Amino acid sequence: MPVNLPPDRPDPDALLARIEGEAERAARGKLKVFFGASPGVGKTYAMLSAARVARDQGVDVVVGVAETHGRAETARLLEGLETLPARRADYQGRALDEFDLDGALARKPALILVDELAHSNLAGCRHPKRWQDVEELLAAGIDVWTTVNVQHLESLNDIVGGITGIQVRETLPDKAFEAADEVTLVDLTPEELLQRLKDGKVYLPQQAERAIHNFFRKGNLIALRELALRRTADRVDAQMREYRTDQSIRDVWQARERLLVCVGPGAGGDRLVRAAARLAASLKADWIAVYVETPPLQRLSDSNRDKILKTLALARELGAETSSLSGQDDAPTLLAYAVSRNVSKLVVGKSLRTGWSRMLRAPLSDRLSALARDVDVYVVAHEHEAPPTDKALAMPLDLELEPGGKARWQGYAWAAGVSLATTLLARLALPWFDLANLIMFYLVGVVWVAARHGRGPAVLASVAGVLAFDFFFVAPHFSLTVADTRYLLTFLIMLAVALTISGLAANLRYQARIASYREQRTRAVNELGRALAGALLAEQIVESAVAHLSGLFRARVCVLLPDVQDKLHSPIPLPGHQDLPLDPAIAQWVYDHQQPAGMGTQSLAGAPMYYLPLKAPMRTRGVLALEPSRKRLLFLPEQARLLESLAGQIALALERVHYVEVARDALVRMESERLRNGLLSALSHDLRTPLTVLAGLADSLALAGPALPPAQAEIAQAIRVEALRTSSLVSNLLDMARLQEGSLRLKREWQPLEEVLGASLQSLAGPLARHAVRVNLPADLPLLEFDALLMERVFCNLLENAAKYTPPGSLIEISAEKDGDRVLISFADNGPGLPPGRESTLFEKFTRGQEESAVTGVGLGLAIVHAIVTAHRGTVKAENRPEGGARFVIALPAGEPPGVPEEGPL
Amino acid sequence: MPESRPPAPSIVIIEDEPQIRRFVRTALEAEGCAVNEAENAQRGLVEAGTRKPDLVILDLGLPDRDGVEVIQDLRGWSGVPILILSARSDEADKVAALDAGADDYLTKPFGVAELLARVRALLRRRRAATDDGPLVVFGEVAVDLARRQVTRGGEELHLTPIEYRLLALLIANAGRVLTHRQLLREVWGPSHGEDTHYLRVYMTGLRRKLEDDPARPHHLRTETGIGYRLVLEG
Repeated sequence: MPVNLPPDRPDPDALLARIEGEAERAARGKLKVFFGASPGVGKTYAMLSAARVARDQGVDVVVGVAETHGRAETARLLEGLETLPARRADYQGRALDEFDLDGALARKPALILVDELAHSNLAGCRHPKRWQDVEELLAAGIDVWTTVNVQHLESLNDIVGGITGIQVRETLPDKAFEAADEVTLVDLTPEELLQRLKDGKVYLPQQAERAIHNFFRKGNLIALRELALRRTADRVDAQMREYRTDQSIRDVWQARERLLVCVGPGAGGDRLVRAAARLAASLKADWIAVYVETPPLQRLSDSNRDKILKTLALARELGAETSSLSGQDDAPTLLAYAVSRNVSKLVVGKSLRTGWSRMLRAPLSDRLSALARDVDVYVVAHEHEAPPTDKALAMPLDLELEPGGKARWQGYAWAAGVSLATTLLARLALPWFDLANLIMFYLVGVVWVAARHGRGPAVLASVAGVLAFDFFFVAPHFSLTVADTRYLLTFLIMLAVALTISGLAANLRYQARIASYREQRTRAVNELGRALAGALLAEQIVESAVAHLSGLFRARVCVLLPDVQDKLHSPIPLPGHQDLPLDPAIAQWVYDHQQPAGMGTQSLAGAPMYYLPLKAPMRTRGVLALEPSRKRLLFLPEQARLLESLAGQIALALERVHYVEVARDALVRMESERLRNGLLSALSHDLRTPLTVLAGLADSLALAGPALPPAQAEIAQAIRVEALRTSSLVSNLLDMARLQEGSLRLKREWQPLEEVLGASLQSLAGPLARHAVRVNLPADLPLLEFDALLMERVFCNLLENAAKYTPPGSLIEISAEKDGDRVLISFADNGPGLPPGRESTLFEKFTRGQEESAVTGVGLGLAIVHAIVTAHRGTVKAENRPEGGARFVIALPAGEPPGVPEEGPL
Repeated sequence: MPESRPPAPSIVIIEDEPQIRRFVRTALEAEGCAVNEAENAQRGLVEAGTRKPDLVILDLGLPDRDGVEVIQDLRGWSGVPILILSARSDEADKVAALDAGADDYLTKPFGVAELLARVRALLRRRRAATDDGPLVVFGEVAVDLARRQVTRGGEELHLTPIEYRLLALLIANAGRVLTHRQLLREVWGPSHGEDTHYLRVYMTGLRRKLEDDPARPHHLRTETGIGYRLVLEG
């Protein structure tokens, strides 16, 4: 992350918002809270004393409520203060005094005292809570002073409950407290408070005396006092932050501690970080671990560089925020960052340097101390560890791939070429110029090489230049011997120029690279964002994510998405990644646990890939796996953060696509359901209307006078019966269609079985006219939960069946009993029974007991019975009774019926 | 219905299907009623307003307006009994119509006998509304509304206060369908609109006290998914 030092100018939008906020606040009354750790610290006393002072200064003060609890010294303070009469409220037959909000609003004083902000009003008041009354007073422009005890604050309620063992019921939302313009802490040491308690100066309600005494233990009081103090301190801290923004003050204001530890390439980084972590813990401070990359550190070896990254990772694990900064000089960079982050303590390691190198350049700690004004500098001692020895393996630290062997070889070749060319040029120019002038030719060459190709080639160019100059131009010619010692100085100067220029040029290149790298990162985020915004399918997202990330991190990347069973798989084939060392088990673990794993993490660090969960706001959307070509391309804090934010973007895009799909599916489902329902009800209407007409007209024929001859009357009756039968067939078909597509919603209600059975028998009175029906329901049968209409359909179908397949005069017996957690309802007849072996297939669609029978019906009835009973989580079976005849048994879950209040006789 | 009794009851039928209008009209006229037809809601409301009928038969599936709206309109200015014809299997529509003020319903297809029975019951209710005595008798049960006394076969029955209120409400609306919601609101109060199991348990109790065979009630009929109806005769 680029480090942005705070601009000197405050953000204009923020300023505007604040000015507007201030104007709004000005119209409101001011709220002042007298805040205490426990009852008895003297909040009311303090408030009243302050009110007297205010009155003496001519402020229009009114006491709204003041709970003196019968304390004489407090009551005395009330004398001479105008007191608002209380409102009599009737509470459960008792007359109780309550704060008179309307009276206060009508009186409209400049300042009103309302004790106990957390108080709950009696039922019947305008607001349930007193703080809401106060809110109204403030809105009316009246200043309010009030009192609050720490245990009433909602966010502290649990803590207080945990400490004291007393659950406080009257709580105050923190926002009501936070809205206070001013908080005055009324503090009393536990010893003093206990003394006051002993002296009887603290009010204790009689009934709760014992509990209250438990409350007033010294341990509790100390804890409560600490809570109150800290709460007030937090408030002051917040105010100070605000004040700083207001005043655009850039000096460090030391309120809450924040610690900054600087990790260097030296040994003992881990120890330094651990020490900082301990310090931060003991100070309860936030802490930041940073690495300042200065030009000399660019040439660190890979292994040292990895060590720094490991140290930063350790810091992150220990709870630090990490960052890497870049700058010319470490001390000012660190301090600038410290100021911008409001750091109060800087922790650095002790320098191992000794002797003359220490004289040459003071250690960081010393330089920091010299520069720091407001920041404490802590120096942590190192253990003795071997200092880094791999200076010889110096390599640039850039984030691009370092120039390969070829590039470096080219630099040296250029150096040699330039030296040669310069020599030739100088040789040609020799007749006209002095030797001192010819040196300049070489100098130009060296400068060019240094600027273009860096330190190594520059040194080569300067050495080669000096040698060539010496060889060709300095007497004795064609020998490396130098007669005139003055030329030694020339050599030294040339070397110094070469080194200086190459150093400067390297720095410039480095800065440019950092800038271009930052720009590249921003571009990457933007580009990916754009690509993701356009994606409509998860596959597209995965494709663009893979393409972008593999370029950005020089890694082989794949994205795994979960299927409906939450098993991960890749939505697109992995092109050229057949040999990807992807471990599906690790990926699944990462997905299930929502934390990264694999290379460079705490879990399964040995794995060759880094696995990162794609966390979206609602849930984890998949796993991103990377195999970087070089580890640090991934684990540099900036890169890690970049990867994290890109992963977040990908996850968000996946979530968006997911919800787009969900919405589209829902729309399609709704649309098709609507269509189907429309079709079904149109069908129902269109078929029933002509059937109604048929049946009705047939009836009219029979009923209209003069009476029809018997043959025609019979025909009219037949038309009527067939029309009605067709209608019931249509009903069955439509029901089946609805049941089958599963769109039927059960309207389950608790009800007695008897009622629905009665209705079924009623509606089948016609078909059952020639059968005997016996109903045997126990009086204590519990209520059952079912859809009455559908259950009536079940019973009707079973009864109709029985009427259809048994000869007239047969007996149909209906009985029910509770059997464990089920209720069994049985329909038995003494007819011919079911065809043996067909009992279970009966409930399939379009099955009839007797093949090609003269009895009509498509066999839908039993299929509907089965579907409805199943929808009620019940079962239905058919069997032949041993004594002859068929029996259908429905089992419904008994559940837990709701109670019905009893009542006495009239 | 005796033909001698003048004047002939006037009935308006609002139904878009001409064949249904035709047979309903035939059947009603054979009963001695004066019938006026309307094929849509707009005409129907005009007919109902001008003819001052004794009964309106209304199809719920009219092309121009929602049936429930028509009932609400009608109820705005008239207490005329309304019999709904519904081809829909959805009970919710019937309940909505009944809650809006309709008195009874018939599901298509229906027979002429069924239609005439409902029409007679509704017309009788309208006529009887004025000369209700305090004594109501159905089957073996006699209810003295003035003395709040219920006897069955001459023996006094002890009803709980809720059972009695339920019975009295059903008697006051004898022949009509009362929806669950209407009954719950009247007997238990508006806050119990959804507690249908209360109602069902008390109805079961009432049936056990008043019916010969509570599983096959003659008088306290269940209209499944809709509500209850007290049938005095039969």
